[in-house]
Amino acid sequence: MCEYNEGLLIENSMRPKARLIARLDVKNNYLVKGIHLEGLRKMGDPNVFATDYYNQGIDEILYMDIVASLYNRNSLGEIIERATRDVFVPIAVGGGLRCVEDVREALRLGADKVAINTAAIKDENIISEVAEAFGSQCMVMSIEAKRLPGGSDRWEAYYDNGREHSGKDAVEWARRGVSLGAGEILLTSVDREGLERGMDFDLIDAVCSVVDVPVIVSGGCGGAEDIARSALSGASAVAVASILHYKKADVRSLKERTFSEGVNIRL
Amino acid sequence: MIVTIINYGLSNLLSISRAVRNLGHEPLITNLSGDVSVADIIILPGVGAFKDGMDGLSRLGLVAPLREKARAGVPILAICLGMQMLFDESDEFGVHEGLGLIPGRVERIPDLDVRGGRQRVPHVSWNGLYPVTGASFHSALMRGVRPGDEVYFIHSFEVKPLRDEHASAIAYYGGRRVCAAAESGNVFGTQFHPEKSGAVGLGILANFLSSVRRDAVVSSPADQDMHG
Repeated sequence: MCEYNEGLLIENSMRPKARLIARLDVKNNYLVKGIHLEGLRKMGDPNVFATDYYNQGIDEILYMDIVASLYNRNSLGEIIERATRDVFVPIAVGGGLRCVEDVREALRLGADKVAINTAAIKDENIISEVAEAFGSQCMVMSIEAKRLPGGSDRWEAYYDNGREHSGKDAVEWARRGVSLGAGEILLTSVDREGLERGMDFDLIDAVCSVVDVPVIVSGGCGGAEDIARSALSGASAVAVASILHYKKADVRSLKERTFSEGVNIRL
Repeated sequence: MIVTIINYGLSNLLSISRAVRNLGHEPLITNLSGDVSVADIIILPGVGAFKDGMDGLSRLGLVAPLREKARAGVPILAICLGMQMLFDESDEFGVHEGLGLIPGRVERIPDLDVRGGRQRVPHVSWNGLYPVTGASFHSALMRGVRPGDEVYFIHSFEVKPLRDEHASAIAYYGGRRVCAAAESGNVFGTQFHPEKSGAVGLGILANFLSSVRRDAVVSSPADQDMHG
């Protein structure tokens, strides 16, 4: 007989399991990786990486078409459509989605949710339109945040893959997005992105404390300590790229080490 | 075997049909009441709002055929919003009537955990499945699932079956029990997404797909947890 203690289950459920997400930035059908979202290096077929991470026990896959908003198109359709043959965990897709019809098409091709940044900055109504059409759980608001100069605890939201300023305060923008119906936030620190030297924990604290929806944090993860610290700062999920793509860590050992740092995670 | 997957405009149908195919069956995605009327086994997926889901089923004339199939003993698996629609009514954006195949209602997940702290809604998480009572599952759907095996949840509303016997698995969130799976005879529901829950989820889906060949889908001693 399996024995377990319900009191312990109840206690553990006060802090839901953290999710580990593999983030695959895609350009012209290649997985790419850069630093500060720039200086991209080609890594290979994104689905080879995605299938490998699925087999290792990843909790979710995030595909970002990182040049889509520059060219006003999203070319991920075929990639997602292929991914759903082998990958049976949630798939989120972002980059260049401009309207409800673009979202419908991404979902038709196998995405479970969409991450939207640029289109929301240009017209915030897309957040409520997508949430109403497909449910809030489908509408992930993507925020690319850069710390304002002078080491202040304020961040500005950027768009077009971290290139353009919006003039919006990132924390306020997160709060606004949730009030419009965003069911999740993908929070990327452009300053830390690609460096593998730790996340912007001040940013994570600031956003997680003002919204009640799950926050996925991204940018700078160097290992299990960063995943654990993000979770303890209130993040629901950590999206990891470089350390997985460059095979500096594998999913299983990252999760085991995160667990041993005191964070509940699916092993 | 042809597995009829209901399309009422609100789902990621590709993933569920790929999962069905992965398990060696042929998916038929349809929004036609004629197809539903002749189905041998039905999956009712769903994401989005309860009212939109029920409106979609009504508009397509699928409410009566689904109720008829449920009465006729055809296995039905309803996922996420689909499971919520199996119940009598929901509180989501007003009170709306459901399919009424399992007694109970659908309510919003509380904003506060049992200790009064804020909790994040929607509940988006991989979370463990547990039996409602005892140390192992008694549902045919959960055959081979070990207590604590994790599946993927993403929902803001939860079902409250009127009778405990209709809950076949629970999960814990914010210090409370959440109904993770419900069933009544040949009608099954999962709040989690089996098609998005890796090997554990595919196993649950396979259990459902094998139920059509079983003489009885009610649980029997043979359905006890094989790892127990």
